[in-house]
Amino acid sequence: MDIQTLTFIIVGLTFALYIAIAIWSRAGSTNDFYVAGGGVHPVLNGMATAADWMSAASFISMAGIIAFAGYDGSVYLMGWTGGYVLLALCLAPYLRKFGKFTVPDFIGDRYYSQTARTIAVLCAILISFTYIAGQMRGVGVVFSRFLEVEIATGVIIGAVIVFFYTVLGGMKGITYTQVAQFCVLAFAYLVPAIFISIYMTGHFLPQSGFGGTIAEGVAGEGNFLLARLDGLSEELGLAAYTEGVRSKIDVFAITCALMVGTAGLPHVIVRFFTVPKVHDARRSAGWALVFISLVYLTAPSIAAFAKVNLINTLNGPELTGVEYENAPTWVKNWEKTGLITWEDTNGDGKMFYSGDERNEMTVDRDIIVLANPEIADLPAWVVALVAAGGVAAALSTSAGLLLVISTSISHDLLKRTLAPNITDRQELLSARIAAAVAIALSVWFGIHPPGFVAQVVAFAFGLAAASFFPAIILGIFHKRMNSTGAIAGMVVGVVFTLSYIIYFKFISPELNTAEHWLFSVSPEGIGTVGMLLNFIVAVAVHKLTGDAPQQTQELVESIRYPRGAGGAVDH
Amino acid sequence: MAFKSEELAKAYWRENIGLVLKLLAIWFLVSYGFGIILVDWLNQFTFFGFKLGFWFAQQGAIITFVILIFVYVKRMAALDNKYEVHEE
Repeated sequence: MDIQTLTFIIVGLTFALYIAIAIWSRAGSTNDFYVAGGGVHPVLNGMATAADWMSAASFISMAGIIAFAGYDGSVYLMGWTGGYVLLALCLAPYLRKFGKFTVPDFIGDRYYSQTARTIAVLCAILISFTYIAGQMRGVGVVFSRFLEVEIATGVIIGAVIVFFYTVLGGMKGITYTQVAQFCVLAFAYLVPAIFISIYMTGHFLPQSGFGGTIAEGVAGEGNFLLARLDGLSEELGLAAYTEGVRSKIDVFAITCALMVGTAGLPHVIVRFFTVPKVHDARRSAGWALVFISLVYLTAPSIAAFAKVNLINTLNGPELTGVEYENAPTWVKNWEKTGLITWEDTNGDGKMFYSGDERNEMTVDRDIIVLANPEIADLPAWVVALVAAGGVAAALSTSAGLLLVISTSISHDLLKRTLAPNITDRQELLSARIAAAVAIALSVWFGIHPPGFVAQVVAFAFGLAAASFFPAIILGIFHKRMNSTGAIAGMVVGVVFTLSYIIYFKFISPELNTAEHWLFSVSPEGIGTVGMLLNFIVAVAVHKLTGDAPQQTQELVESIRYPRGAGGAVDH
Repeated sequence: MAFKSEELAKAYWRENIGLVLKLLAIWFLVSYGFGIILVDWLNQFTFFGFKLGFWFAQQGAIITFVILIFVYVKRMAALDNKYEVHEE
């Protein structure tokens, strides 16, 4: 069977599974729709959180970024995992005890203010929407490559599927669907990595294999893989793989923005409302990170293997270049998509990849994970499996985000602010309409993307770091913090971060270099500065405007210990 | 109020904060410390074929994060029991 047919079968089977689960667990009440009635086991919840969390950016694009950026790619590895420590230690247990549905609910109640709630809702919609716009593009890329359809068609097919199980299933459907999606994506990520590790280094475990020595029969045999990679990089005029080129302060800022952003992302936080107890909320964060680590500890090995393989297959074992006539099929396959190009600048008929003037290849880093099994000549079913994994990653995250957008609008904006008298049924209906509108908009952004997927996603994190994180942390750990301070902090943080990103990305992209950046921090890392501003402004304004009312301080006291946590309740 | 006295509530919170700060210090050390600030210095050592600083940045920090959360879960459960504020 050819790759095309196998891809159809495997992707089709996984889809059937997701839809079956969504229908089987159709939500009945609003409580079920939002948080699965608070009855999901922590290990399963951890798995669902992991799937929810790992998006197309993690699955498709992260290992590729690391392959090309080497050490500098570590910002994603540390940044996208370290946030879970903050979540588990500083947020999840307290928010679970607080026992409301959404982040804006917490902010609105804790800061006893409709204004604070409305600002939080708008931030949640902005963050989720920035994020989902990138995801829809990711869905589209995978579909169009493997089903050989136009990118626009790919985006629409993906959107229809996401819409189905978000709207029919609600959170409960999503939770169990996401458990299935985690299994598919982890399997799809690990299987090719194991194959390649055995081939390249003889190690069964890719996670430790890339520290090993190169196996017999592969160019550079007997050398440590990473040393070989550093040597190759030097010879080809690329930066040493294990050392970076970004400034330390920028690496620091991006890592921090991604970590804090993780802890402030509304669709991740809402996960911790779905477990029965405070103790389970803590455990859930731990399990989520265990499952995420499965992929994240493998990503750097895929990156290193892929980079060595890429250089070997393009430049040949002697680094003299490979005749274009004899180019492997994966090069030809991907050339059709325009994501690999070859320009024979020296006219010798051979391909050559390097970091200097000898270079004749452009290789899009986003293809690395998808092309990796082809580069390593793995069986067709592995290639098909990776396609299914990419689809699972993109769909699961989109569904979670869509739910945040629809609950923000129907619950926070309508029920709590604009139309408090609507019935349960009307609220559920408006949630579904909101989901439909949000998905229609994101389809448009998927077809006309505002930038690269990974960039757009990183900005969503910066915005979350600069808006929610300080407001939630102060809300829990600074019981006298008042609403004026929190509102001022959120507004300053998010406006500053958004302006900086828009300025360097859309208004004056030609100035987007280190010497023009504030404190040499790139737009990807600026959320860290926005977060600090948020904290400073909030504390300063609080000093000038007096303490939060006694009642609020007592409420804060009561979320600081687990006893008495009920299920998540509506008002 | 679940605590028997105001003092117990304060003591519980103090111990909680102490634990969290200790764990966050380790969290900071392995990622920002070993993985970023001290990375060049640590790279002179090798660890199973990896330069040590590079390894912390790409894998070591993540493994430590997982351990930190489970230590926290365990220690907090013990703390909740000690002050009798655990869930029934």
